[in-house]
Amino acid sequence: MLAYILRRILQVIPVFLGSTLLIYFLVFAMPGNPILALFGDKTPSQSVIDALEAQYHLNEPFIVQYFYYITGIFQGDLGNTFSGQSVNDVLARTLPVTGRLAVMAIAIEFSLAIIIGTISALRKGKIFDNVALVISLLFVAMPIFVLAFLAQYFLALQFGWFKPTVGGNNNWGDLWLPALVLGFSLYATSMRLMRGSVIDTLNQDWVRTAYSKGLPRRRVIPVHVLRNSLIPVITNSATNFGVLLVGATVTEAIFNVPGVGNTLFQATLRHEGPTIVSFVTVFVIIYVLVNLVIDLLYGLLDPRIRYVK
Amino acid sequence: MKRSKIALASVALAGIGALALAGCASGGSDEPTPAGGDAGAIIKVNGSEPENPLFPANTNETGGGKIVDSIYAGLAYYDGEGNIVNDVADSITVDDANTITVKLKEGQKFSNDEAVTADSFIKAWNYGALKSNAQKNASWFSDIEGYSEETDSELTGLTKVDDTTFTIKLSNPVAADFVQRLGYSAYYPLPEVAFEDPAAFGENPIGNGPYKLAGEGAWQHDVEINLVKNDAYTGGREAKNGGLDIVFYANLDGAYADLQSGNLDVLDAIPTSAQATFESDLGERAVNQPAAIFQSFTIPESLAHFSGEEGQLRREALSLAIDRDAITKTIFNGTRTPASDFSSPVIGGWSDSLEGADVLKYNQDKAKELWAEADKISPWSGTFQIAYNSDGGHQAWVDATTNSIKNTLGIDASGAPFVDFASLRTEVTNRTITTAFRTGWQADYPGLYNFLAPLYGTGASSNDGDYSNPEFDKLLASGAAADSVDAATADYEKAQEILLKDLPAIPLWYSNVNGGYADTVQNVVFGWNSVPLYYQITKS
Repeated sequence: MLAYILRRILQVIPVFLGSTLLIYFLVFAMPGNPILALFGDKTPSQSVIDALEAQYHLNEPFIVQYFYYITGIFQGDLGNTFSGQSVNDVLARTLPVTGRLAVMAIAIEFSLAIIIGTISALRKGKIFDNVALVISLLFVAMPIFVLAFLAQYFLALQFGWFKPTVGGNNNWGDLWLPALVLGFSLYATSMRLMRGSVIDTLNQDWVRTAYSKGLPRRRVIPVHVLRNSLIPVITNSATNFGVLLVGATVTEAIFNVPGVGNTLFQATLRHEGPTIVSFVTVFVIIYVLVNLVIDLLYGLLDPRIRYVK
Repeated sequence: MKRSKIALASVALAGIGALALAGCASGGSDEPTPAGGDAGAIIKVNGSEPENPLFPANTNETGGGKIVDSIYAGLAYYDGEGNIVNDVADSITVDDANTITVKLKEGQKFSNDEAVTADSFIKAWNYGALKSNAQKNASWFSDIEGYSEETDSELTGLTKVDDTTFTIKLSNPVAADFVQRLGYSAYYPLPEVAFEDPAAFGENPIGNGPYKLAGEGAWQHDVEINLVKNDAYTGGREAKNGGLDIVFYANLDGAYADLQSGNLDVLDAIPTSAQATFESDLGERAVNQPAAIFQSFTIPESLAHFSGEEGQLRREALSLAIDRDAITKTIFNGTRTPASDFSSPVIGGWSDSLEGADVLKYNQDKAKELWAEADKISPWSGTFQIAYNSDGGHQAWVDATTNSIKNTLGIDASGAPFVDFASLRTEVTNRTITTAFRTGWQADYPGLYNFLAPLYGTGASSNDGDYSNPEFDKLLASGAAADSVDAATADYEKAQEILLKDLPAIPLWYSNVNGGYADTVQNVVFGWNSVPLYYQITKS
């Protein structure tokens, strides 16, 4: 198990180098000089353009820019944004916010998916099941920004249950609205997986055996059925995590949450190489780590996986 | 100009916002508000994260601009109508077309108790002008003797007479116009500490304006900046409220939602999704008034068929083929005003009766006639295209405009989208663009000269179409050196009449400033530059 974990952690290094190089290339390949955009419709003098280009190494070929970036990283410096802040500081400020948001969203997603998915499976074909399926279809089909705008309009503006935007206050309690939007946008696929998986498990021989041994339903469902049904849902949550990060970018922009997604959104608009690369890289690393954690979770849920390794 | 960048940030989402919000206009309550106000109240307003550390000479965009304007006081400021009023200066005198003498009021202080002296200005201006400092507003010092774009050189034109007097010697005879510029942020003074560590100073700037930072770290990046009243300031912009919380928004839809639910007091822009409904949403608290923003499209001189007499005929025909009234009404819901000259209605000297202004009226018959005449010189071939950045919400009007041209002249016309603002500007700046392209101008100071010289003067910095007309240049120069405002305006009017004939850019419309405020605040007046005069706002 330890060797397995180590190997998975070492995998992060090529993923890191590969993704930064690729992203750097993509940012570099974006057409247009970002310095010119900083001046609006006005044209700055050539000497000012030259000086600013030199400051951000924009006048160098992309491989040299990348080299500056990577050497910086090994010295613990992720570069500076166009506004002169160090990317380290920006990350330190924004990551906890997005982290809180992600934890809340996943908690909402899982509790909804597990509860509704299980009840649906147990009442397959009944009214509850049908309604739940139709509603989940709605959430699957709806793009996250539509959901976000609807939530902002109805829950915040019309009913006044939440503040329409988050802004500077981003403690747990302030993030409810974006977390609900993210949670609900993810919940539908998980709930459907959970439902299917529970139905599958209910038909397994060992469930029938458990019942025939005379075990009560309240023991069979949580222990024998749920534990086994969770595996595909957990697997899926790794993919879902990617969706969550993308969704966070949109959601944070709409709800004005000062997290990584919002900053990435703005940095992309400004072609800020180091900022974009650092943020996307952090996304990649988080994604890789989450996958690692989920692989390890399998082992906990299904001992067979643990021993095969 | 920079406004387009704000639009840019919100537009990706705004279109979708329209889907979600269309038809769901909520009626804001219009209860009468009690008069008077709480002198200690903090006003919450919208803003955007400044692009630079808060250094006046390096701030050229609206996000940082509204903060810098609040924490600094320059020699003069512009009041609600755009008139220039002395602030730190006791008097600003034009001695001759090249020389200005400035006398400062006694006893002015920065918020760290340092006195504001002639040196505070001379040093700050020298810092801003120095080539190696690469300040974004460096060109604002280019008319002062000693300025150089090529090498680091001192502004020798600035001479200290005594602690409260200095003279400005200009290398060009534009003193009359230069005085008009002195309210712009590039000319603000700086305290000594600014030069010791500019980067650190830009994070926690110390100014002499109506507000100061609420404390160390009051600028929470990407979140908000907290300003409180600066009691040391005694000029005409003294704050009638206790301070400002400028909240940074990534997109305007969120800001608008906050305004409607009372989380924001003043909003100085309206998202595209709410442009059709904001006036009914906000009632009397909606603001829709002309701004100092001129929009046009430019046809480069180098474009085939657009030079000489043929070009003049075609430019005129294109301008006559555009139904500006219909487009501003249908596409922009009345948030634009059709252009009648090359400036803006909020600028002194704006006119709707210039000779030749007929060219801006929709006239299909005449357009066809002129186009046919041009065809006799050299037959038209190809497509007429207007390039635009598709991240800025321009597609709708470009399509409408090119359609109007297509239907009137019977030629192929369309928009040419660029992926983003940076790539459009790069092609324009490098002169590699092969079509007409959208252009806009937001004035930096309320003067006609600012709408003309940088855009159409021979070799001027933002003369993207490479227009050149010696007669026009001569009129501009004589206006900038004139000894009275009326004389200057007369020269600028004549200069504009030349432009209406040559049409280096086709004027389209003036942007309005769209904004609104909550029923918790009073005395909200939007200034000439579309930014509310925050110091006047009271809260009950």
